[in-house]
Amino acid sequence: MLQLLLFNVTNGLIIGAFYVLMALGLSLILNLSNVINFAHGGFLVIGGYIAYTITPYVGFWGALLIAPPLTALIGLIVERVLIRPLYGRDPLYSLLLTFGLAFIFEDGTRFIWGAQGKPVTVPPLLAQPLSYDFFFITGYRLFMVGMVIVTVSVLFVLLRYSRLGIRIRAGTLDLETVAVLGINVRTLRSLNFAVGIFLAGLSGVLAAGQLGLEPTMGSGLLMPSFIAIIVGGVGSLTGTLLGGLLIGVASGLTAMFLPAASEAIMYVLMAVVLLIRPRGLLGEEGMMT
Amino acid sequence: MEFNGQGLKFNRRTLLKTTLAAGVTQIASPFVITARAADAIKIGMVDPLTGVYAAPAQNEVMGAKLAVAHINAKGGILGRQVELLVEDSANDVGTGVQKARKLIERDQVNFIIGDVNSGIAQAIAQVTAEKKVLHIVSGGHTDGITGKDCKWNVYRVCNTTRMEANSVSELLANKYGKKWHFITPDYAFGHTLYEACAANLKKLGGTVTGNELTPLGTSDFSAYLIKARTARPDVLLLLVQGSDMVNCLKQIVQFGIDKQIHVAGTQQELESLEALPPEARIGIWMFEWYWKQANVPHVDDFVAQIRKVNGGKVPTARHWFGYTSAMTFALVANQAKTLDAVKLAQALGDFELPPEVKLQPNKVYYRKDDHQLMTSAFIGEAVSKGASDPEDLFKVDSVVAGDKTAPPPAETGCKVQWPA
Amino acid sequence: MKPSNPGKLVVLAGIWAALLLAPYWMPPLGGYTALGTRVLVLGLAAMSLNFLLGFAGVLSFGHAAYFGLGAYGAGFALKYLAPSTPLAIVAGMLLGGVAGALLGLLIVRRRGVYFAMVTIAFGQVFYYIAFQWSSVTGGDDGLRGFSRQPLDFGAFQIDILSNANNFYYFVLFCFAIAVAAMGFILRSPFGRTMLAIRENERRARFLGIPIERHIWIVFTLSCFFIGFAGALYALTNNFADPRGLHYSQSGDFVMMAVMGGMRSFWGPLLGAAVFVVLQDYLSSVTVNWMSFVGLLFVLVVLFFPRGLLGVIRSKATQ
Repeated sequence: MLQLLLFNVTNGLIIGAFYVLMALGLSLILNLSNVINFAHGGFLVIGGYIAYTITPYVGFWGALLIAPPLTALIGLIVERVLIRPLYGRDPLYSLLLTFGLAFIFEDGTRFIWGAQGKPVTVPPLLAQPLSYDFFFITGYRLFMVGMVIVTVSVLFVLLRYSRLGIRIRAGTLDLETVAVLGINVRTLRSLNFAVGIFLAGLSGVLAAGQLGLEPTMGSGLLMPSFIAIIVGGVGSLTGTLLGGLLIGVASGLTAMFLPAASEAIMYVLMAVVLLIRPRGLLGEEGMMT
Repeated sequence: MEFNGQGLKFNRRTLLKTTLAAGVTQIASPFVITARAADAIKIGMVDPLTGVYAAPAQNEVMGAKLAVAHINAKGGILGRQVELLVEDSANDVGTGVQKARKLIERDQVNFIIGDVNSGIAQAIAQVTAEKKVLHIVSGGHTDGITGKDCKWNVYRVCNTTRMEANSVSELLANKYGKKWHFITPDYAFGHTLYEACAANLKKLGGTVTGNELTPLGTSDFSAYLIKARTARPDVLLLLVQGSDMVNCLKQIVQFGIDKQIHVAGTQQELESLEALPPEARIGIWMFEWYWKQANVPHVDDFVAQIRKVNGGKVPTARHWFGYTSAMTFALVANQAKTLDAVKLAQALGDFELPPEVKLQPNKVYYRKDDHQLMTSAFIGEAVSKGASDPEDLFKVDSVVAGDKTAPPPAETGCKVQWPA
Repeated sequence: MKPSNPGKLVVLAGIWAALLLAPYWMPPLGGYTALGTRVLVLGLAAMSLNFLLGFAGVLSFGHAAYFGLGAYGAGFALKYLAPSTPLAIVAGMLLGGVAGALLGLLIVRRRGVYFAMVTIAFGQVFYYIAFQWSSVTGGDDGLRGFSRQPLDFGAFQIDILSNANNFYYFVLFCFAIAVAAMGFILRSPFGRTMLAIRENERRARFLGIPIERHIWIVFTLSCFFIGFAGALYALTNNFADPRGLHYSQSGDFVMMAVMGGMRSFWGPLLGAAVFVVLQDYLSSVTVNWMSFVGLLFVLVVLFFPRGLLGVIRSKATQ
């Protein structure tokens, strides 16, 4: 019993780590630009497909290195052309636009690569369980968690110490003042968006090794990201990190007792948080408008 | 946007114009339905061409298109050319029903094929029964369609879940053991499939060590696999389909579970096997139709013709479903020399498919009492790398006739009510 | 909304004439009556959403949940309560409305982007319940086994099941009732207050208006209306399924409202007509219709944010 519990909590953390990666990208974009990026799942899928396409030439590791920046580049173009015109306006419009974008991405990937799922091979070194008992901790999942830890650490260091990072954080709190201080807000938003999409692309590459790669893959992963942000608190990246891990663990634990409710528990958690502490666990007052 | 207003407006207009131009050329390219001949016979097909079932649905349509080409080459139906009108149900019931109505009311189709999604198929069946149109369900598997919800005008090509369960149960129990654990998708198809398998297992003296109900679209099966492994069954049956099947198998292999427990299931499709990395192509399954059948006449022709329109890829069971559905209309109408739906529905009772359509060794016919096609089950193992052909990913061990796997009509719960 | 000039009266008369005669002018243009019925039902849903979005300025992106609940409510009533169409509609309306009232309490304090996120998430909760609780809702297969019952007026019956035109007029009748109610509310002092809140919430608050309560009331009312539309939807399909609750359905409604013109009463109906007809036409012509619909979203947002009626109006005033 204790062993089963341990298994499921560990498993939950692994799942949660993945949600964290997705949610952080979404959170970055939301915090600075007030844009709910419905197309985030679409960028994830694009990242996965780009990795799939270039793997025969550069191998798995090459794809891991190249696909996320490529996806971020696409994100940059999208931001510059489509999203930038919407910044001053009602958040409704960016919501609708990214929503439409998600449609285009899904259909586009289906058009280019076909509706059938694509086989993605993971280096055999990773595709093995750690041990007989801890069979569900495969090399690949461990690698995924490792990647998440590295990426999140780099992200937090970037935000804390680099000039760009400081500006992003300042912008999240008070964009007007940042602009008045002479910083090019437009470039800031673009770069921030690109970082967010980089994370989505990376999630896509990692997901492709774990799940089947197909055009509708992204939409199912979008909702947990939303919930992670709401639970963790809008405006706080650490909150998102916590939120993602929390819902992952909750999901893992519930799967032990009532598997059908393992997804529902995320929504229950969200409802509870909204009732008791509406701004989220680490959310900041005033971020709600 | 206030600054540079004039210049920006100009750019907007050009952008708009170029987008529209690009859009128009897209619409004008391959997918346009050419002008409809007034006296053509029309077959309407409703399938989820977008969404999670897009791959099998598009293959079904491809098969139906080939059938229509064949039919027209042989003179059509009752001397008139046949047209196939395809509509996307987008995996949404409202859309599926609306498209069915559109095809029947506006386009005046004579026949309807559809849908891959069983729920949509049943909703459409209500419309076709109301409007008295002959309807063949090509790819929706839920038992009710030729069971308790059977209708006089609805026939089905693909297997029922009972048939699928019956085809593999004895083999698995005798060869691998009688303690089974299930991973079941949590919807009607999964439930009926599980019930059928569990009932068979009980009859064979076995036990169910557990049934994990997984929501559709589950991406992470680890929690369920942890439970399955702990239960230590002889066989782990995967009843999930499509992307769920792909995810689950990938994770099973990554966890090394296949090294301790035999992995098997009922329905498996070439589309899923092709979406898996080679090391995950494992297990004992049944296919509803397979492309590599030595010594069975006409199969190689069919394969060659589908390859031509499918970018060199072989046909799957889905292609065959679409092909058979459309061909059935032509065959029965030409034989009965009428287009009246009631007469045709009656003529289809016990109607046998000729070799060039059935493309399998056993006798294949539409059973009169429940309107179910007695199609064979191809039982075998998944193969990680095709020996002779990269797509030969399934080694067929036996082909069991449909009327051996199907339950007797009395057990299906179907009582066909003919219109007055 | 009160026709204060003959121009508006003419437009209003034109709209109703077009609606009343739809089964006659649609077929020659390649349409079919069921399409018209669908436009009416979805148009009503879009107008209900616009009640909240355009007139109160509150962005809910999860409103399809209450639409879907309305559909299930109607289905349950027909399946388990009584074979009565009016009862089904009332049941659907109540289910959608009451759910909206309860949830509204939780979320009216939030605004803007966060409010939108929460509405999406809560909408998905209902989708998820409908999807998972398969023993009650039929899960992914949806709720089946019911159909529209003939309207019984004692002396005679109207068959709305097999006669598409009859059903269309029945839906039009229901539509008219709902629209009249909406118009009435908007013209009332309550409606005026809502517009004030939309224009400048802070000022309205200074004036002592209880903002949260008003928003809650509007939210609830819009949920009743959209639940009503949902019930009609279930009757149209003889089916209720989880996809009616999904956020993509919500997105469609918002798009209809925006495309037609959020600031106008009839805008969403126009938006729904364009959207439904376009989607119907495109999906028959090309498999890639999703790209076109997505492109439409993008183009409308970037270039026509005021919607069709907004464009027509600005041209008229030029």
